[in-house]
Amino acid sequence: MVAFSLILLLTTVVAGVIASWAFLYPENFNTVIPFQQLRPIHVSAALFWIITGAVSCLLYYSQEMKKLHPAGQKMTATYVALWINTILVIFIFYSIKQFGGREYWEFPPWLSIPILISWLLLMAGYFTYWVRIKEKKSLYWIMWATGILFFCITFIEQNLWQINWFRQSYLREVTVQWKANGSMVGAWNQMIYGSSLYLMAKISGDETIAQNRTVRFFYFLSLTNLMFNWGHHIYNVPTAGWVRHVSYLISMTEWLFFISMIRSFKNKLEETRRLKHLLTYRFIIASELWLFLNLILALMMSIPAINRYTHGTHITVAHAMGTTIGINTMILLGAIGHMLKVEELGKKHQRIITRGFYITQVSLLVFWICLVVAGIEKAYRTEIMPAASFQQIMMPVITVLKVFALSGIALLTGISTIAIAYLSSLKRIRIL
Amino acid sequence: MFLRIWLTLVSAFAAYTTYLYFNCDNKHLSSPSIEIQQGQNLWQAQNCQACHQLYGLGGYMGPDLTNTISTRGSKYVETYIRYGTGRMPNLHLADSEIKSIIAFLSWVDSSGKSKVPANNVHWTGTYIIK
Ligand code: HEC
Repeated sequence: MVAFSLILLLTTVVAGVIASWAFLYPENFNTVIPFQQLRPIHVSAALFWIITGAVSCLLYYSQEMKKLHPAGQKMTATYVALWINTILVIFIFYSIKQFGGREYWEFPPWLSIPILISWLLLMAGYFTYWVRIKEKKSLYWIMWATGILFFCITFIEQNLWQINWFRQSYLREVTVQWKANGSMVGAWNQMIYGSSLYLMAKISGDETIAQNRTVRFFYFLSLTNLMFNWGHHIYNVPTAGWVRHVSYLISMTEWLFFISMIRSFKNKLEETRRLKHLLTYRFIIASELWLFLNLILALMMSIPAINRYTHGTHITVAHAMGTTIGINTMILLGAIGHMLKVEELGKKHQRIITRGFYITQVSLLVFWICLVVAGIEKAYRTEIMPAASFQQIMMPVITVLKVFALSGIALLTGISTIAIAYLSSLKRIRIL
Repeated sequence: MFLRIWLTLVSAFAAYTTYLYFNCDNKHLSSPSIEIQQGQNLWQAQNCQACHQLYGLGGYMGPDLTNTISTRGSKYVETYIRYGTGRMPNLHLADSEIKSIIAFLSWVDSSGKSKVPANNVHWTGTYIIK
């Protein structure tokens, strides 16, 4: 499963780079492999990389403490088999241009059935095991369980459009779709941040960081945000006003995360000095830096008056890619690295991973800044030349996106260096 | 204590979700005809949203199409869909398919405006959309 998730990561970056060039030069791609085919491959690979990676980590780390019972093992094994095979079938459908055309879930809708069945198996296996753990549960246990549960809820909600009633009103259809998508991100974040918290507790040898009151408070705050803070996706949709106001209000509680990050900055600096020789730790600390940057962006975008300009521009892409690569992928690479015991690898191997790590960080920063600049430019031009054609508006934006596409190649180099180094060290250790 | 807070939040979530399903659309616009629904299915099967947005949601290669019908007219839209351009592929759709996609886009168009006018911004930063 870990190997499969890393292959998905490689697919994501390769398809992403090709898609960025197809975006810029569609004339050369439209007859061979057009953008509307590349984008689903890229997006689905990314989504499944994150979810498969998150589940791999939580299953592995849970069992580091206590093994699953035999029935649970069987259920999760069936989950893995069904999950992987469905994903493969999805890619086959993309290769023959069969789409379902929903944002993020661009495959034919009936394929949601095997995905759901596999997830229910995972839930059955994991929860029967989870409730039997009698010791005091550190917060990561709760976060893992929350993530698994809410992925299921949001996945079902994401598919409600297949019931005709939901499509009777376009406003309802869009609202429910983006409620589900928005909350789902919260669900996988619970799984991933759970693993990050687990790792920090293990690396620092201090279990209290996963048990104190503050961390519990922030758990509830993020759960509240998972449930109610998805409205920024649809601020401009003319739904009933309270839908917007509730989201806006809840999203402003994210300032508390921001303040808490600034307050703990000095402690972090000390911790970094102590632990920076560890590869795994570097990934985690990088994810925190990316969290900081993306949080600023997210806070801005959550204010409707600002969202009015950023919505529908590449700033949204900067937010989506900044979080999925900068935060989710960094934590997952750290957590998988820890699983693979990268600290015990030879010097040469470690050097390769370190190099991949720095290439990734630098290119991601250029990549992210390009998207923000492209977004600002598009927003500005749309505002000052309302009657202009789409091509006129996009002209200078395309120039910035060329730099973006180049940094994408560097990003591909960095991430694939790490992923391939991991894949080759997988042979050493058999896991999951 | 922990469990109690958790259950309260989950109950609030369930209540909010149910209320939202029934009341998020307070405009009660007309429900879609069979043709419109076919148009929506085609919109999805052709993956138009990989390149286009409705209400700003979707891919950014092409323009937002929420209000193209009212701003550019259906003849204009039809030409694009039928022939494509250098950048937009020709998807080789039949006449009836193009017609139903246009019906779908008109239905979406009638639900509201994608761009919120500046005077709808409230001093608190939120929007008031009538
Ligand atoms: C590969 C990306 C892609 C796909 C898929 C695509 N389009 Fe386009 N479309 C574009 C681009 C790019 C433009 C802008 C025209 C240009 O730059 O030449 C455009 C323009 C348009 C326009 C003109 C809008 C305006 O305001 O000028 C309409 C209408 C349109 N597309 C409808 C559709 C429909 C309906 C579908 C699905 C059946 C679709 N497109 C699929 C890329 C795409």
